[in-house]
Amino acid sequence: MAQASPLAQFEIKPLIPIKLGGLDLSFTNSALFMTLTLMAVVAFLVLGMRRRALVPGRWQSMVELSYGFVGNLIRDTIGPEGRSYFPLVFTIFMFVLFGNMLGMMPYSFTFTSHIAVTFAMASVIFIGVTILGFAKHGAHFFSFFLPPGAPMFIAPLLIVIEIISYLSRPISLSVRLFANMLAGHTLLKVFAGFIVSLGAFGVVPLAFVVALTGLEFVIAFLQAFVFTILTCLYINDALHLH
Amino acid sequence: MPQFDASTFASQIFWLAVTFVALYFVMARVVVPRIAEVLEARRRRIETNLEKAAALKKDAAAALAAYEKAIGVASEQARGLIAEAGARIAETAARQEAETARKLALQIAQSEAGIARAVSAAMAGVRGAAAEAAADVAHRLVGEQPDRAQAEKAVDAALKSGV
Repeated sequence: MAQASPLAQFEIKPLIPIKLGGLDLSFTNSALFMTLTLMAVVAFLVLGMRRRALVPGRWQSMVELSYGFVGNLIRDTIGPEGRSYFPLVFTIFMFVLFGNMLGMMPYSFTFTSHIAVTFAMASVIFIGVTILGFAKHGAHFFSFFLPPGAPMFIAPLLIVIEIISYLSRPISLSVRLFANMLAGHTLLKVFAGFIVSLGAFGVVPLAFVVALTGLEFVIAFLQAFVFTILTCLYINDALHLH
Repeated sequence: MPQFDASTFASQIFWLAVTFVALYFVMARVVVPRIAEVLEARRRRIETNLEKAAALKKDAAAALAAYEKAIGVASEQARGLIAEAGARIAETAARQEAETARKLALQIAQSEAGIARAVSAAMAGVRGAAAEAAADVAHRLVGEQPDRAQAEKAVDAALKSGV
């Protein structure tokens, strides 16, 4: 496995084969890491809050910090009416963050490096936000595609551009996360391969791998953050149009 | 690239849905209410403590004001008492002084009267003795006993011119 191609780490292997109708719904290594992420997030949040201390300890502080982080994010981007979306946004953030972080462990699997996963999440967000916009504003939601104050003669062009940009949201949202994870992990694997093949000079790629690993942790957090803040911005657009 | 192997999509999306929805329900039902409850309890606690502190501060300020007012009243009263006592002392002193002055004046007058009486008595004694002596002297010089009234008259004249 160590000598396999840099893309071998992304291979999906069924652990428990499940066939339902014509669909292959096997429990795979990807599903395993989704489950581990679910358990890690729940353990982190529930065990951290088990004391319900008035003055929080270290662990409870981390839980409250992540809660406050997402809370502030929603307040800053959506405003007070964003409160009802808190559980969803918090779930998205923690799920993506822990998925990215668990993927940083050697021999683990990063389910966020798969376009199927990120695009499914992005599509659900996109469709949900669009439904929210229509439910809130009805046909008036179409005014979102014409920025206020734009001169009428460029309106046809603007509307086309706005619609294209709106429709490309799920693509950019999913590709950003997937490509970052894919590229980072592939790069790490490529440099790790050089360590062995270069012999004594392998220390150079080794140093690269160490530095890149640090960078990858930052990216793992940053991409979870970006995914979450864009979700908030889309909800805000649906609620407030411009 | 394994990412574009469409045969794995169904499984990935299915398990994503299962785990994500499960996580969402745990979040919405358990985690978020619990954290919110703890934070709310803390916020309330801090708020009530701040309110309590503000109330105590107000009480302290009121107590200080009452204390200062009491001090003011007391010092006002003390000033009144001092002034009153001073006035009373001054009055008593004046009265006693007047009394003493009156008594002294009386004593002086009595003493002066006594002195005057003693002086006139003494004068009378002196006049008699002088007249007697004068008569005696005249008798010895002239051998003739002068009239008593005449001698007294001469003494009177001499006293008048001498004094």
